[in-house]
Amino acid sequence: MQIKTMAEYFAEGEMPEVLFWVGCAGSIDQRSQKITRAFAEILTRTGTKFAVLGKEEACTGDPARRAGNEFLFQMMAYNNIQVLNGYGVKKIVTACPHCFNTLKNEYPELGGHYEVMHHTTFLQGLINEGRIKMKEGGTFKGKKITYHDSCYIGRANGIYEAPRAVLEALDAELVEMKRCGSRGLCCGAGGAQMFKEEEKGTTRVNFERGREAVETGAEIIASNCPFCMTMLTDGVKETGKEDSVKVLDLAELIARDMQE
Amino acid sequence: MQIVSQLLFFAALAAAVYFFSRRAAGIRRNILLGRDTDLSDQPGRRWNNLLLLAFGQKKMFRNPLVAVLHFFVYAGFVIINLEILEIIIDGLAGTHRIFAPYLGPVYNVLIGCFEILAVLVAVSCAIFLVRRNILKIKRFLSRDLDGWPRSDANYILITEIVLMLLFLTMNTADGVLQSRQVPHYPDTGSFWVTGMFQPLFEGFSTPALTGIERAAWWLHILGVLAFLNYLPWSKHLHIILAFPNAYYAQLEPKGKMENMPAIQQEVLYAMQPELAPTEAAAAEVKFGAKDVHDLTWKNLLDAFACTECGRCSAACPATQTGKALSPRLIMMKTRDRAEAAGRGETGKTLLHDYITVEELRACTSCGACVEECPVSIHPLDIIYQMRRQLVMEESNAPQEWTLMFSNIENNMAPWKSSPDERDAWIHA
Repeated sequence: MQIKTMAEYFAEGEMPEVLFWVGCAGSIDQRSQKITRAFAEILTRTGTKFAVLGKEEACTGDPARRAGNEFLFQMMAYNNIQVLNGYGVKKIVTACPHCFNTLKNEYPELGGHYEVMHHTTFLQGLINEGRIKMKEGGTFKGKKITYHDSCYIGRANGIYEAPRAVLEALDAELVEMKRCGSRGLCCGAGGAQMFKEEEKGTTRVNFERGREAVETGAEIIASNCPFCMTMLTDGVKETGKEDSVKVLDLAELIARDMQE
Repeated sequence: MQIVSQLLFFAALAAAVYFFSRRAAGIRRNILLGRDTDLSDQPGRRWNNLLLLAFGQKKMFRNPLVAVLHFFVYAGFVIINLEILEIIIDGLAGTHRIFAPYLGPVYNVLIGCFEILAVLVAVSCAIFLVRRNILKIKRFLSRDLDGWPRSDANYILITEIVLMLLFLTMNTADGVLQSRQVPHYPDTGSFWVTGMFQPLFEGFSTPALTGIERAAWWLHILGVLAFLNYLPWSKHLHIILAFPNAYYAQLEPKGKMENMPAIQQEVLYAMQPELAPTEAAAAEVKFGAKDVHDLTWKNLLDAFACTECGRCSAACPATQTGKALSPRLIMMKTRDRAEAAGRGETGKTLLHDYITVEELRACTSCGACVEECPVSIHPLDIIYQMRRQLVMEESNAPQEWTLMFSNIENNMAPWKSSPDERDAWIHA
């Protein structure tokens, strides 16, 4: 894949349309890398002029902040904002709801003002503009898909329609879980839980959510967060249905059935 | 005799107002134990929240059936208070139904509406009692409510039913006395609801009926005054504090955490020492919240506005999976500690003595508690502040988090990986 970095654009004296903020999970975690590549492929195929920061990108500081380590968060934010402002970045798209929330809501008062979009909304825009066209009778036509609302896209930022609008493009049958939309149940990873063992309880949050998702009878659980992806994949595994129920990111679903 | 009754009424009213005001001042003082935060911005949006969330009870309508019943009780409470005004004037002036001659036929319509509301309030409260005590509804069965909180809720519902029945009894007897043209009982026309029950009282003598009417009148108003004074010691305080709480609700996207400008400055000076002021005027800064004094007054207002309904905990992923955390308990414990601190209790702190580390650690920051709360309480904000205290003041973090912190600091990612591999996905 040919992907240019911000530094390369800068050296050429050019400015990309949008910066793709990949995030740590999308950069490092093997499963999430597939989502990153799917989204980069969509950007490339729709002719979107985009850049990544590459090695210059660093954690936004979200998990540190939510765990209580404000110092570390502020340090990460300071450095990231220096880099972003240094390049004069105006518009950012990211596939991670946690990065999205931090960049959009928490960086402005620290001096980082950007137009920040989650890939969910960005995909919806590309579909609406006709830049993404789906194949007739694609892979997912008529299949049951359920959507898991990630907390940082849903409740934290009030985006409920966009992911469902994106799924509509697949011509699939969208089935909702009982706890959906603003009532959606967390996957269990937010607030830095991703990085530690759960507290003692009767079950794990992701087992509970995985069971609920599987009970809809959907073949595909659509998510739009790398953490939810990990948690739900494990949750589905716990039900023993991992062969018949797949957890896929919105970008992967779209990339698979996009017209050339 | 009449003057004695007026004096007694005055004494009861004065005592009720005095004790209520004293308690109200105490609660205000306890709320202001919290640190200051400026929430005076965007009055337009705040008034809008007040109208929608408090007056309109928008969040309640997430469950329409319960919302309608709750709305009856709320509307009943607000509107029947107009009748209380008349009762108070009558009590002080020694008159009876003083508004009747001024309002003419409108008076009958007003009382008719009050009566219908009174019936709706009583029926709704009865249904609520059934929901709380007979139906197996998780958030009411919860151990969060063991002891006083569960009794408190039942006392409130029973009191409201009794007050409504006294009001209706009073009107029924009054109606019969009116029909007998007893002096002092002006003819207002038959009341809409109690008019139908008058036959029950027809058999009583006039003195007996006067006795019933007077007894119901006195018990009703004394009950109201007693309830007024029970209110601020109870979860029922939400009927007042829901309004300021909606006004001061968070306006930013729910995902935004409160910034800590002191740390922002410190990091800035560390990175750009040339900006640091030469005069070291560093005020002592506290990182996070250990006790109620470290929380904002809005956090404490939240605690006093909480009516312990448990919608937050019913939606909380941690509570639902049997973790120690229950956002409702976070609020109840915060209020209990604020009360204790207000009484001068020392040697205990909100963190550790009331709220445990295990509870704080179980939060996924999903925001479901904030989303569900009908009175705009933000339990998550309290949890975040106490997590800051744990990590930054007490160096208390699970080992995995310590590792995550050091990974972010050294590898620019929460996992163990070299920053050089960050773009490896491009070439994979």
